[in-house]
Amino acid sequence: MIRDPKDLQRYTASERANHWLVGICFILLALSGLAFFHPAFYPLVQFFGGGPWARILHPFIGVLMVLAFVIMFFRFAGLNRMTAADRAWLSRIGEMVDGNDHGMPEQGKYNGGQKLMFWLMTLSMIVLVISGVLMWRSQFSFAVDVVRLASLAHALAAVVMIVLIIVHAYAAIWTKGTVRAMWYGTVTRAWAKQHHRAWYRQMTGK
Amino acid sequence: MALQSLDIKQRSATTTPAPQARQTIEIAKLIDVSACIGCKACQVACMEWNDVRDEVGSCHGIYDNPVDLTENSWTVMRYAEVEEQGKLEWLIRKDGCMHCSDPGCLKACPAPGAIIQYANGIVDFHQENCIGCGYCVSGCPFNVPRISKKDSKAYKCTLCSDRVAVNQAPACAKACPTGAIQFGSKEDMKDYAEKRIADLKERGYQKAGLYDPAGVGGTHVMYVLHHADRPGLYSGLPQDPAISPTVSLWKGVTKPVAAAALGLVALGSLFHYVMKGPNEVSKEIEKEVEKEDAQ
Ligand code: HEM
Ligand code: SF4
Ligand code: SF4
Repeated sequence: MIRDPKDLQRYTASERANHWLVGICFILLALSGLAFFHPAFYPLVQFFGGGPWARILHPFIGVLMVLAFVIMFFRFAGLNRMTAADRAWLSRIGEMVDGNDHGMPEQGKYNGGQKLMFWLMTLSMIVLVISGVLMWRSQFSFAVDVVRLASLAHALAAVVMIVLIIVHAYAAIWTKGTVRAMWYGTVTRAWAKQHHRAWYRQMTGK
Repeated sequence: MALQSLDIKQRSATTTPAPQARQTIEIAKLIDVSACIGCKACQVACMEWNDVRDEVGSCHGIYDNPVDLTENSWTVMRYAEVEEQGKLEWLIRKDGCMHCSDPGCLKACPAPGAIIQYANGIVDFHQENCIGCGYCVSGCPFNVPRISKKDSKAYKCTLCSDRVAVNQAPACAKACPTGAIQFGSKEDMKDYAEKRIADLKERGYQKAGLYDPAGVGGTHVMYVLHHADRPGLYSGLPQDPAISPTVSLWKGVTKPVAAAALGLVALGSLFHYVMKGPNEVSKEIEKEVEKEDAQ
């Protein structure tokens, strides 16, 4: 549905579907994973039909997430190369967090924070897959020392990943007019001009 | 099975204290390796009492049969042939759960109540709460728990907790024809071991001693060894077993700290929104865009 023909297309339908698939997998993985992580979260297994089901489903959802993530990675990796302007933006991130974006350097489709987020998520994902497979007892059996290290790495990487996603989702909610990019794929020109001016110029030729 | 006739001291994935009012004694099983003749009566008694039957295996050229613990074989006799001072020694060890005072399996287990430590020292798996993750396998310093391929539940020696609850000795102790398996209070077992060790020393085994490793807080299955200085001779009994530091780090302080960090990040986001306000497109830029459109 087209709300305003002059809105800027930020994501195609298949990019959005891809992102939602990763997002849904992540939520299911975080809920089931946290259940094993600490007794305080154990009741989360009820979302999956009890402890054994949570244990059975988690790694398979993980594999699905990895597949969807790899596709998403290749869609967006090119757009997430760090540049000098990104580093300049990152060095002043304090002002941004403070809610004052007037002095922030002009940004392309993604700002330095989003790019950093992209690479940190990729890194966490790599650690999660490798360690996750190593600790997948119902399918594999690796040396016990390896499984111990993998369990530690998986738990730590999962915490990092969850923190990253909280920040990622919060940034989208905080920056008004952003979430629609994941619903309809478009953003307003004013939104683009304010938050991603270089991209705005590129898209509008202004 | 949940045995209410035994007091519970520790429960897996449980952060509140267990009932502690009743003080009961600690028990122990003492395996006197020097008195074992390797007849496997204990192995058979274990199958018989616990109603577990392993598959009929094949001959591997050694006496060990089956060659390893399984979900159906909770105890296995391990036969080691070693040469000591020009003499062949046949060191036969009954392998199985040691019932650690500080059990790595229980520490690692994420499922509340899947692993229980009774006040008497027995560490028991309650399969009805087990989710089959295998964390107990990573937690155990003695490589004891086994996950069944059939039902994905963890199994190991129960020290016949059901028999002990009604004041009976474990089935293996009952069946042993030489008295190599003794059962009683931990204190009595230590006294008994002392006599056995004194006897062994007299017979020339200067390094005879009790295996009750301090690294896991002591165990409720103890061995009398002729070569207590080298437990590795007995088919790889660990020298200084302890919960792996990786497991302690994984299951220790990092968990509550990480859980708190997650909560703080989530709350921090909310408070950021409330205190700084949303990051909206400025009126100025909206007007600029409107002006362009009007042109
Ligand atoms: C990438 C593929 C993944 C695989 C193959 C995988 C596999 C596993 C396995 C085998 C376990 C042990 C429990 C079980 O057997 O179900 C586990 C635990 C866990 N997983 Fe994953 N996982 C993956 C991705 C993730 C992701 C993306 C997250 C982040 C939200 C996550 C969070 C956790 C947590 C928090 C635990 C509990 C760790 C602990 O007990 O300390 N996993 N995972
Ligand atoms: S020997 Fe292993 S399974 Fe038995 S109580 Fe100790 S840690 Fe647990
Ligand atoms: S497999 Fe072991 S660690 Fe996992 S729930 Fe069962 S008893 Fe606990």
